[in-house]
Amino acid sequence: MSLIEITEVKKRFGSNEVLKGINLDVDPGEVIAIIGKSGSGKSTLLRCINGLETIDEGSISVAGAQLLPDELHLKALRLKVGMIFQQFNLFPHLTAGRNVMLSQMVVKKTPAADAEAMARKMLERVGLAQKFDAYPDQLSGGQQQRVAIARALAMQPIALLCDEITSALDPELVNEVLAVVKELASEGMTLLMVTHEMRFARDVCSRVVFMHQGRVHEIGPPEAVFSSPQTPELQQFLGVL
Amino acid sequence: MNDFTTWDIVRNLLLAARWTIVLSLVSFMGGGIVAGILLFLRIGSSRAGRIFVQGYVELFQGTPLLMQLFLAFFGLGLFGVNVPAWLAAGLALILWSAAFLTEIWRGCVESIVRGQWEASSSLGMGYVQQMRHVILPQALRIAVPPTVGFSVQVVKGTALTSIIGFVELSKAGTIVTNATFQPFTVYGLVALIYFCLCWPLSKSSQILERKLNVAHRNH
Ligand SMILES: Nc1ncnc2c1ncn2[C@@H]1O[C@H](COP(=O)(O)OP(=O)(O)OP(=O)(O)O)[C@@H](O)[C@H]1O
Ligand SMILES: [Mg+2]
Repeated sequence: MSLIEITEVKKRFGSNEVLKGINLDVDPGEVIAIIGKSGSGKSTLLRCINGLETIDEGSISVAGAQLLPDELHLKALRLKVGMIFQQFNLFPHLTAGRNVMLSQMVVKKTPAADAEAMARKMLERVGLAQKFDAYPDQLSGGQQQRVAIARALAMQPIALLCDEITSALDPELVNEVLAVVKELASEGMTLLMVTHEMRFARDVCSRVVFMHQGRVHEIGPPEAVFSSPQTPELQQFLGVL
Repeated sequence: MNDFTTWDIVRNLLLAARWTIVLSLVSFMGGGIVAGILLFLRIGSSRAGRIFVQGYVELFQGTPLLMQLFLAFFGLGLFGVNVPAWLAAGLALILWSAAFLTEIWRGCVESIVRGQWEASSSLGMGYVQQMRHVILPQALRIAVPPTVGFSVQVVKGTALTSIIGFVELSKAGTIVTNATFQPFTVYGLVALIYFCLCWPLSKSSQILERKLNVAHRNH
Protein backbone atom coordinates (compact mmCIF):
# COMPACT_ATOMS: atom_id res chain seq x y z
CA MET A 1 0.00 0.00 0.00
CA SER A 2 1.19 3.52 -0.73
CA LEU A 3 2.25 5.76 2.11
CA ILE A 4 0.94 8.96 0.59
CA GLU A 5 -2.00 8.83 -1.80
CA ILE A 6 -2.89 11.97 -3.67
CA THR A 7 -6.02 11.60 -5.77
CA GLU A 8 -7.48 14.16 -8.18
CA VAL A 9 -6.45 17.05 -5.96
CA LYS A 10 -7.58 20.49 -7.05
CA LYS A 11 -6.71 23.81 -5.45
CA ARG A 12 -7.90 27.28 -6.41
CA PHE A 13 -6.82 30.70 -5.19
CA GLY A 14 -9.87 32.77 -6.11
CA SER A 15 -10.37 32.13 -9.82
CA ASN A 16 -6.79 30.94 -10.31
CA GLU A 17 -6.75 27.15 -10.41
CA VAL A 18 -3.25 26.25 -9.28
CA LEU A 19 -3.61 22.46 -8.98
CA LYS A 20 -5.79 20.95 -11.68
CA GLY A 21 -6.20 17.35 -10.62
CA ILE A 22 -3.00 15.89 -9.18
CA ASN A 23 -2.57 12.13 -8.85
CA LEU A 24 0.48 10.77 -7.13
CA ASP A 25 1.13 7.73 -4.96
CA VAL A 26 4.28 7.55 -2.91
CA ASP A 27 5.56 4.28 -1.50
CA PRO A 28 7.36 4.01 1.83
CA GLY A 29 11.03 4.83 1.45
CA GLU A 30 10.63 6.50 -1.90
CA VAL A 31 12.51 9.73 -2.59
CA ILE A 32 10.59 11.91 -4.99
CA ALA A 33 11.93 15.05 -6.64
CA ILE A 34 9.39 17.57 -7.86
CA ILE A 35 10.64 19.84 -10.59
CA GLY A 36 8.95 22.42 -12.78
CA LYS A 37 8.79 26.06 -13.72
CA SER A 38 8.07 28.80 -11.22
CA GLY A 39 4.34 29.02 -10.61
CA SER A 40 3.61 25.46 -11.70
CA GLY A 41 2.20 24.64 -8.25
CA LYS A 42 5.05 22.71 -6.64
CA SER A 43 4.97 24.54 -3.31
CA THR A 44 1.20 24.54 -3.26
CA LEU A 45 1.17 20.75 -3.64
CA LEU A 46 3.53 20.26 -0.68
CA ARG A 47 1.58 22.77 1.41
CA CYS A 48 -1.64 20.88 0.67
CA ILE A 49 -0.09 17.59 1.79
CA ASN A 50 0.87 19.23 5.09
CA GLY A 51 -2.50 20.91 5.48
CA LEU A 52 -1.10 24.44 5.32
CA GLU A 53 -3.54 24.94 2.42
CA THR A 54 -6.95 23.30 2.25
CA ILE A 55 -7.76 21.45 -0.94
CA ASP A 56 -10.91 22.23 -2.93
CA GLU A 57 -11.44 18.80 -4.48
CA GLY A 58 -9.95 15.34 -4.39
CA SER A 59 -8.34 13.59 -1.46
CA ILE A 60 -5.01 13.14 0.24
CA SER A 61 -4.31 10.33 2.63
CA VAL A 62 -1.18 9.61 4.60
CA ALA A 63 -0.56 6.12 6.00
CA GLY A 64 -4.18 5.29 5.40
CA ALA A 65 -5.60 8.29 7.23
CA GLN A 66 -7.58 10.86 5.29
CA LEU A 67 -6.52 14.51 5.41
CA LEU A 68 -9.40 16.50 6.87
CA PRO A 69 -9.26 20.21 7.64
CA ASP A 70 -10.20 20.13 11.32
CA GLU A 71 -7.64 20.76 14.02
CA LEU A 72 -7.57 17.20 15.35
CA HIS A 73 -6.99 15.50 12.01
CA LEU A 74 -4.49 18.16 11.00
CA LYS A 75 -2.47 17.60 14.12
CA ALA A 76 -2.49 13.84 13.60
CA LEU A 77 -1.32 14.34 10.03
CA ARG A 78 1.43 16.74 11.01
CA LEU A 79 2.81 14.25 13.48
CA LYS A 80 3.33 11.91 10.53
CA VAL A 81 4.62 14.40 7.98
CA GLY A 82 7.32 16.95 8.67
CA MET A 83 8.05 19.97 6.55
CA ILE A 84 11.24 21.92 5.85
CA PHE A 85 11.04 25.38 4.35
CA GLN A 86 13.21 27.44 2.06
CA GLN A 87 13.59 30.14 4.73
CA PHE A 88 14.42 27.69 7.59
CA ASN A 89 11.86 29.35 9.89
CA LEU A 90 13.71 28.51 13.06
CA PHE A 91 12.32 30.15 16.19
CA PRO A 92 14.78 33.03 16.67
CA HIS A 93 14.15 33.43 20.41
CA LEU A 94 15.16 29.84 21.19
CA THR A 95 18.51 28.06 20.99
CA ALA A 96 19.04 25.33 18.43
CA GLY A 97 18.46 22.72 21.13
CA ARG A 98 15.27 24.42 22.36
CA ASN A 99 14.04 24.69 18.78
CA VAL A 100 14.26 20.93 18.52
CA MET A 101 12.76 20.36 21.98
CA LEU A 102 9.78 22.72 21.83
CA SER A 103 7.29 20.83 19.71
CA GLN A 104 8.11 17.51 21.36
CA MET A 105 7.24 19.06 24.69
CA VAL A 106 4.13 21.04 23.79
CA VAL A 107 2.65 18.76 21.14
CA LYS A 108 3.69 15.30 22.30
CA LYS A 109 4.03 16.25 25.98
CA THR A 110 7.43 14.60 26.11
CA PRO A 111 9.18 15.25 29.46
CA ALA A 112 11.97 17.84 29.17
CA ALA A 113 14.77 15.36 29.85
CA ASP A 114 13.62 12.99 27.11
CA ALA A 115 13.05 15.86 24.70
CA GLU A 116 16.55 17.10 25.37
CA ALA A 117 18.06 13.66 24.81
CA MET A 118 16.17 13.40 21.53
CA ALA A 119 17.25 16.92 20.54
CA ARG A 120 20.91 16.09 21.18
CA LYS A 121 20.57 12.90 19.17
CA MET A 122 18.94 14.66 16.23
CA LEU A 123 21.42 17.55 16.24
CA GLU A 124 24.20 14.97 16.23
CA ARG A 125 22.55 13.26 13.29
CA VAL A 126 22.75 16.47 11.23
CA GLY A 127 26.31 17.08 12.42
CA LEU A 128 25.55 19.91 14.86
CA ALA A 129 25.94 18.26 18.25
CA GLN A 130 28.15 21.11 19.47
CA LYS A 131 25.61 23.80 18.53
CA PHE A 132 22.94 22.87 21.06
CA ASP A 133 23.17 26.22 22.86
CA ALA A 134 23.65 28.46 19.83
CA TYR A 135 20.92 30.86 18.79
CA PRO A 136 19.79 30.73 15.16
CA ASP A 137 21.43 34.06 14.34
CA GLN A 138 24.76 32.65 15.46
CA LEU A 139 24.54 29.91 12.83
CA SER A 140 25.21 29.95 9.11
CA GLY A 141 22.33 29.38 6.71
CA GLY A 142 23.40 25.80 6.13
CA GLN A 143 23.58 25.12 9.85
CA GLN A 144 20.18 26.73 10.40
CA GLN A 145 18.65 24.54 7.75
CA ARG A 146 20.19 21.46 9.35
CA VAL A 147 18.70 22.47 12.70
CA ALA A 148 15.35 22.79 10.94
CA ILE A 149 15.79 19.23 9.66
CA ALA A 150 16.68 18.02 13.15
CA ARG A 151 13.60 19.81 14.50
CA ALA A 152 11.36 18.01 12.02
CA LEU A 153 13.06 14.65 12.63
CA ALA A 154 12.59 14.93 16.39
CA MET A 155 8.85 14.52 15.84
CA GLN A 156 9.66 11.14 14.25
CA PRO A 157 7.70 11.69 11.05
CA ILE A 158 7.22 8.92 8.53
CA ALA A 159 7.76 11.33 5.64
CA LEU A 160 9.43 14.69 5.08
CA LEU A 161 8.38 17.43 2.71
CA CYS A 162 11.18 19.72 1.56
CA ASP A 163 10.40 22.89 -0.36
CA GLU A 164 13.52 24.21 -2.09
CA ILE A 165 15.48 23.81 1.10
CA THR A 166 18.78 24.84 -0.45
CA SER A 167 17.56 27.78 -2.54
CA ALA A 168 18.22 30.40 0.12
CA LEU A 169 21.76 29.16 0.77
CA ASP A 170 25.09 30.38 -0.51
CA PRO A 171 26.44 27.86 -3.04
CA GLU A 172 29.19 26.63 -0.74
CA LEU A 173 26.61 25.72 1.93
CA VAL A 174 24.30 23.73 -0.33
CA ASN A 175 26.24 20.49 -0.12
CA GLU A 176 26.25 20.17 3.65
CA VAL A 177 22.45 20.24 3.62
CA LEU A 178 22.13 17.91 0.66
CA ALA A 179 24.49 15.47 2.37
CA VAL A 180 22.12 15.29 5.33
CA VAL A 181 19.17 14.70 3.02
CA LYS A 182 21.08 12.00 1.17
CA GLU A 183 21.85 10.32 4.47
CA LEU A 184 18.15 10.37 5.39
CA ALA A 185 17.26 8.89 2.03
CA SER A 186 19.71 6.06 2.48
CA GLU A 187 18.22 5.34 5.90
CA GLY A 188 14.87 4.79 4.22
CA MET A 189 13.06 8.06 5.02
CA THR A 190 10.26 8.87 2.61
CA LEU A 191 11.02 12.23 1.01
CA LEU A 192 9.11 14.57 -1.26
CA MET A 193 11.32 17.40 -2.31
CA VAL A 194 10.86 20.36 -4.57
CA THR A 195 14.32 21.07 -5.89
CA HIS A 196 16.38 22.77 -8.54
CA GLU A 197 19.37 20.55 -7.84
CA MET A 198 19.07 18.33 -10.92
CA ARG A 199 22.26 16.43 -10.23
CA PHE A 200 21.04 15.60 -6.75
CA ALA A 201 17.65 14.52 -8.10
CA ARG A 202 19.38 12.25 -10.59
CA ASP A 203 21.68 10.69 -7.98
CA VAL A 204 19.38 10.23 -5.04
CA CYS A 205 15.75 10.14 -6.13
CA SER A 206 13.71 7.10 -7.01
CA ARG A 207 11.26 9.08 -9.14
CA VAL A 208 11.09 12.54 -10.62
CA VAL A 209 7.81 14.42 -11.03
CA PHE A 210 7.69 17.20 -13.59
CA MET A 211 4.87 19.62 -12.86
CA HIS A 212 3.49 21.93 -15.49
CA GLN A 213 0.54 24.29 -15.14
CA GLY A 214 -0.91 22.55 -12.13
CA ARG A 215 -0.62 19.00 -13.46
CA VAL A 216 1.83 16.13 -13.17
CA HIS A 217 3.07 16.44 -16.70
CA GLU A 218 5.63 13.68 -16.69
CA ILE A 219 6.78 11.20 -14.09
CA GLY A 220 9.34 8.43 -14.02
CA PRO A 221 12.71 7.25 -12.77
CA PRO A 222 15.39 9.92 -13.06
CA GLU A 223 17.24 8.27 -15.96
CA ALA A 224 14.09 8.25 -18.07
CA VAL A 225 12.97 11.75 -17.15
CA PHE A 226 16.35 13.37 -17.60
CA SER A 227 17.69 11.34 -20.52
CA SER A 228 14.63 10.88 -22.66
CA PRO A 229 11.99 13.45 -21.78
CA GLN A 230 8.80 12.68 -23.68
CA THR A 231 6.94 15.98 -23.75
CA PRO A 232 8.11 19.22 -25.40
CA GLU A 233 7.47 21.11 -22.15
CA LEU A 234 9.87 18.94 -20.18
CA GLN A 235 12.41 19.02 -23.00
CA GLN A 236 12.21 22.80 -22.93
CA PHE A 237 12.45 22.89 -19.15
CA LEU A 238 15.56 20.74 -19.19
CA GLY A 239 17.00 22.89 -21.95
CA VAL A 240 17.50 20.04 -24.37
CA LEU A 241 15.22 21.36 -27.10
CA MET B 1 0.97 86.28 51.56
CA ASN B 2 4.57 85.31 51.50
CA ASP B 3 4.41 82.98 54.42
CA PHE B 4 4.82 80.25 51.75
CA THR B 5 8.35 78.96 51.79
CA THR B 6 9.76 77.14 48.79
CA TRP B 7 9.57 73.99 50.86
CA ASP B 8 5.83 74.53 51.33
CA ILE B 9 5.41 74.82 47.59
CA VAL B 10 7.45 71.72 46.91
CA ARG B 11 5.68 69.76 49.61
CA ASN B 12 2.24 70.60 48.20
CA LEU B 13 3.29 69.77 44.69
CA LEU B 14 4.82 66.46 45.72
CA LEU B 15 1.67 65.52 47.59
CA ALA B 16 -0.35 66.20 44.45
CA ALA B 17 2.20 64.33 42.33
CA ARG B 18 1.13 61.17 44.15
CA TRP B 19 -2.19 61.46 42.35
CA THR B 20 -0.49 61.92 39.03
CA ILE B 21 1.41 58.71 39.70
CA VAL B 22 -1.67 56.81 40.86
CA LEU B 23 -3.71 57.97 37.90
CA SER B 24 -0.88 57.09 35.50
CA LEU B 25 -0.52 53.61 36.95
CA VAL B 26 -4.25 52.95 36.93
CA SER B 27 -4.60 54.22 33.36
CA PHE B 28 -1.60 52.34 32.08
CA MET B 29 -2.43 49.04 33.74
CA GLY B 30 -6.16 49.28 33.14
CA GLY B 31 -5.45 50.28 29.56
CA GLY B 32 -3.08 47.35 29.23
CA ILE B 33 -5.70 44.87 30.39
CA VAL B 34 -8.36 46.28 28.08
CA ALA B 35 -5.83 46.36 25.24
CA GLY B 36 -4.97 42.69 25.84
CA ILE B 37 -8.61 41.76 25.34
CA LEU B 38 -9.00 44.04 22.33
CA LEU B 39 -5.82 42.59 20.82
CA PHE B 40 -7.20 39.06 20.84
CA LEU B 41 -10.37 40.30 19.16
CA ARG B 42 -8.34 42.31 16.66
CA ILE B 43 -6.18 39.41 15.47
CA GLY B 44 -8.80 36.71 16.09
CA SER B 45 -10.94 35.04 13.48
CA SER B 46 -14.22 36.85 14.16
CA ARG B 47 -14.87 39.53 11.55
CA ALA B 48 -17.26 41.45 13.79
CA GLY B 49 -14.63 41.55 16.54
CA ARG B 50 -11.97 42.88 14.20
CA ILE B 51 -14.23 45.61 12.84
CA PHE B 52 -15.36 46.64 16.31
CA VAL B 53 -11.79 46.99 17.59
CA GLN B 54 -10.67 48.82 14.49
CA GLY B 55 -13.53 51.30 14.92
CA TYR B 56 -12.73 51.70 18.60
CA VAL B 57 -9.07 52.40 17.93
CA GLU B 58 -9.82 54.89 15.16
CA LEU B 59 -12.35 56.71 17.34
CA PHE B 60 -9.96 57.17 20.25
CA GLN B 61 -6.93 57.94 18.11
CA GLY B 62 -8.91 60.36 15.96
CA THR B 63 -10.24 62.63 18.73
CA PRO B 64 -8.32 64.72 21.27
CA LEU B 65 -7.94 63.21 24.72
CA LEU B 66 -9.37 66.45 26.12
CA MET B 67 -12.67 65.86 24.30
CA GLN B 68 -12.78 62.31 25.61
CA LEU B 69 -12.33 63.65 29.13
CA PHE B 70 -15.10 66.23 28.64
CA LEU B 71 -17.42 63.58 27.23
CA ALA B 72 -16.75 61.21 30.10
CA PHE B 73 -17.22 63.97 32.66
CA PHE B 74 -20.14 65.99 31.27
CA GLY B 75 -21.59 63.34 28.96
CA LEU B 76 -22.35 60.88 31.72
CA GLY B 77 -23.71 63.78 33.74
CA LEU B 78 -26.39 64.27 31.07
CA PHE B 79 -27.81 60.87 31.93
CA GLY B 80 -28.19 61.97 35.51
CA VAL B 81 -25.10 60.05 36.57
CA ASN B 82 -23.01 62.23 38.80
CA VAL B 83 -19.47 61.27 37.95
CA PRO B 84 -16.71 62.39 40.26
CA ALA B 85 -13.69 63.87 38.47
CA TRP B 86 -11.39 61.00 39.44
CA LEU B 87 -13.74 58.44 37.92
CA ALA B 88 -14.18 60.32 34.65
CA ALA B 89 -10.43 60.90 34.47
CA GLY B 90 -9.57 57.27 35.14
CA LEU B 91 -12.18 55.93 32.74
CA ALA B 92 -11.23 58.21 29.86
CA LEU B 93 -7.51 57.58 30.28
CA ILE B 94 -7.96 53.82 30.49
CA LEU B 95 -9.99 53.71 27.29
CA TRP B 96 -7.59 56.10 25.57
CA SER B 97 -4.49 54.10 26.60
CA ALA B 98 -6.18 50.87 25.54
CA ALA B 99 -6.66 52.19 22.01
CA PHE B 100 -3.01 53.11 21.60
CA LEU B 101 -1.64 49.97 23.26
CA THR B 102 -3.86 47.74 21.12
CA GLU B 103 -2.44 49.36 18.02
CA ILE B 104 1.17 49.13 19.23
CA TRP B 105 0.82 45.46 20.15
CA ARG B 106 -1.05 44.54 16.99
CA GLY B 107 1.86 45.89 15.00
CA CYS B 108 4.26 43.77 17.05
CA VAL B 109 2.29 40.55 16.60
CA GLU B 110 1.86 41.16 12.89
CA SER B 111 5.55 41.84 12.45
CA ILE B 112 6.22 38.18 13.26
CA VAL B 113 6.67 36.69 9.82
CA ARG B 114 4.22 34.14 8.42
CA GLY B 115 6.94 31.49 8.34
CA GLN B 116 6.86 31.31 12.14
CA TRP B 117 3.17 30.40 12.04
CA GLU B 118 3.74 27.88 9.27
CA ALA B 119 6.73 26.20 10.87
CA SER B 120 4.95 25.83 14.19
CA SER B 121 1.80 24.57 12.42
CA SER B 122 3.80 22.01 10.52
CA LEU B 123 5.18 20.74 13.84
CA GLY B 124 1.64 20.09 15.02
CA MET B 125 1.09 23.05 17.35
CA GLY B 126 -2.39 24.51 17.75
CA TYR B 127 -3.29 28.21 17.78
CA VAL B 128 -2.93 28.69 21.53
CA GLN B 129 0.38 26.80 21.65
CA GLN B 130 1.74 28.83 18.75
CA MET B 131 0.71 32.06 20.41
CA ARG B 132 2.16 31.09 23.76
CA HIS B 133 5.45 29.53 22.71
CA VAL B 134 6.32 31.08 19.37
CA ILE B 135 4.49 34.30 18.53
CA LEU B 136 4.00 36.13 21.82
CA PRO B 137 7.54 35.62 23.18
CA GLN B 138 8.88 37.27 20.04
CA ALA B 139 6.16 39.92 19.87
CA LEU B 140 6.60 40.83 23.55
CA ARG B 141 10.28 41.42 23.10
CA ILE B 142 9.55 43.81 20.25
CA ALA B 143 6.70 45.41 22.19
CA VAL B 144 8.60 46.33 25.36
CA PRO B 145 10.35 49.51 24.16
CA PRO B 146 7.34 51.16 22.47
CA THR B 147 5.10 50.16 25.39
CA VAL B 148 7.42 51.71 27.95
CA GLY B 149 7.75 54.70 25.64
CA PHE B 150 3.98 55.07 25.53
CA SER B 151 3.80 55.18 29.33
CA VAL B 152 5.41 58.63 29.04
CA GLN B 153 2.42 59.77 26.99
CA VAL B 154 0.12 58.49 29.72
CA VAL B 155 1.93 60.45 32.44
CA LYS B 156 1.72 63.62 30.37
CA GLY B 157 -1.88 62.84 29.45
CA THR B 158 -2.89 62.93 33.10
CA ALA B 159 -2.13 66.68 33.12
CA LEU B 160 -5.25 67.24 31.04
CA THR B 161 -7.47 65.88 33.78
CA SER B 162 -6.82 69.08 35.75
CA ILE B 163 -9.33 70.73 33.42
CA ILE B 164 -12.21 68.65 34.72
CA GLY B 165 -11.11 69.42 38.26
CA PHE B 166 -9.07 66.38 39.25
CA VAL B 167 -6.37 67.58 41.63
CA GLU B 168 -3.15 66.10 40.35
CA LEU B 169 0.20 67.80 39.78
CA SER B 170 -0.90 70.40 37.19
CA LYS B 171 -4.04 71.35 39.04
CA ALA B 172 -2.05 71.66 42.27
CA GLY B 173 0.35 73.95 40.40
CA THR B 174 -2.53 76.26 39.52
CA ILE B 175 -3.87 76.23 43.06
CA VAL B 176 -0.49 76.93 44.61
CA THR B 177 0.17 79.71 42.07
CA ASN B 178 -3.12 81.37 43.02
CA ALA B 179 -2.03 81.35 46.64
CA THR B 180 1.60 82.38 46.21
CA PHE B 181 1.64 84.55 43.06
CA GLN B 182 4.90 82.90 42.03
CA PRO B 183 3.85 81.28 38.74
CA PHE B 184 7.35 80.92 37.36
CA THR B 185 8.74 79.14 40.41
CA VAL B 186 5.69 76.95 40.81
CA TYR B 187 5.33 75.87 37.18
CA GLY B 188 9.08 75.46 36.94
CA LEU B 189 8.90 73.01 39.82
CA VAL B 190 5.84 71.30 38.27
CA ALA B 191 7.75 70.82 35.03
CA LEU B 192 10.74 69.48 36.95
CA ILE B 193 8.62 66.88 38.71
CA TYR B 194 7.07 65.77 35.39
CA PHE B 195 10.54 65.49 33.99
CA CYS B 196 11.67 63.35 36.90
CA LEU B 197 8.73 61.03 36.25
CA CYS B 198 9.04 60.85 32.47
CA TRP B 199 12.75 60.94 31.79
CA PRO B 200 13.58 57.60 33.45
CA LEU B 201 10.78 56.02 31.45
CA SER B 202 11.87 57.29 28.06
CA LYS B 203 15.49 56.57 28.88
CA SER B 204 14.74 53.00 29.88
CA SER B 205 12.70 52.56 26.71
CA GLN B 206 15.80 53.55 24.72
CA ILE B 207 18.08 51.29 26.70
CA LEU B 208 15.69 48.36 26.41
CA GLU B 209 15.47 48.87 22.68
CA ARG B 210 19.23 48.79 22.31
CA LYS B 211 19.59 45.77 24.60
CA LEU B 212 16.92 43.73 22.90
CA ASN B 213 18.38 44.53 19.49
CA VAL B 214 21.83 43.43 20.53
CA ALA B 215 20.53 40.23 22.06
CA HIS B 216 19.22 39.07 18.69
CA ARG B 217 21.02 40.95 16.04
CA ASN B 218 19.49 39.55 12.90
CA HIS B 219 15.87 39.27 13.88
N1 LIG C 1 -1.60 32.19 -0.91
C1 LIG C 1 -1.78 32.38 -2.23
N2 LIG C 1 -2.75 33.20 -2.68
C2 LIG C 1 -2.94 33.39 -4.00
N3 LIG C 1 -2.23 32.80 -4.96
C3 LIG C 1 -1.24 31.96 -4.59
C4 LIG C 1 -0.97 31.71 -3.20
N4 LIG C 1 0.06 30.84 -3.12
C5 LIG C 1 0.40 30.57 -4.40
N5 LIG C 1 -0.37 31.23 -5.29
C6 LIG C 1 -0.28 31.14 -6.75
O1 LIG C 1 -0.26 29.79 -7.09
C7 LIG C 1 0.59 29.57 -8.21
C8 LIG C 1 1.55 28.45 -7.89
O2 LIG C 1 2.36 28.85 -6.80
P1 LIG C 1 3.45 27.90 -6.17
O3 LIG C 1 4.09 28.67 -5.08
O4 LIG C 1 2.84 26.59 -5.84
O5 LIG C 1 4.46 27.71 -7.38
P2 LIG C 1 5.86 27.01 -7.37
O6 LIG C 1 5.79 25.96 -8.42
O7 LIG C 1 6.24 26.60 -6.01
O8 LIG C 1 6.80 28.18 -7.87
P3 LIG C 1 8.27 28.57 -7.40
O9 LIG C 1 9.22 27.71 -8.17
O10 LIG C 1 8.40 30.01 -7.81
O11 LIG C 1 8.36 28.39 -5.92
C9 LIG C 1 1.26 30.90 -8.51
O12 LIG C 1 0.61 31.46 -9.62
C10 LIG C 1 1.01 31.72 -7.28
O13 LIG C 1 0.85 33.06 -7.63
MG1 LIG D 1 7.68 27.30 -4.56
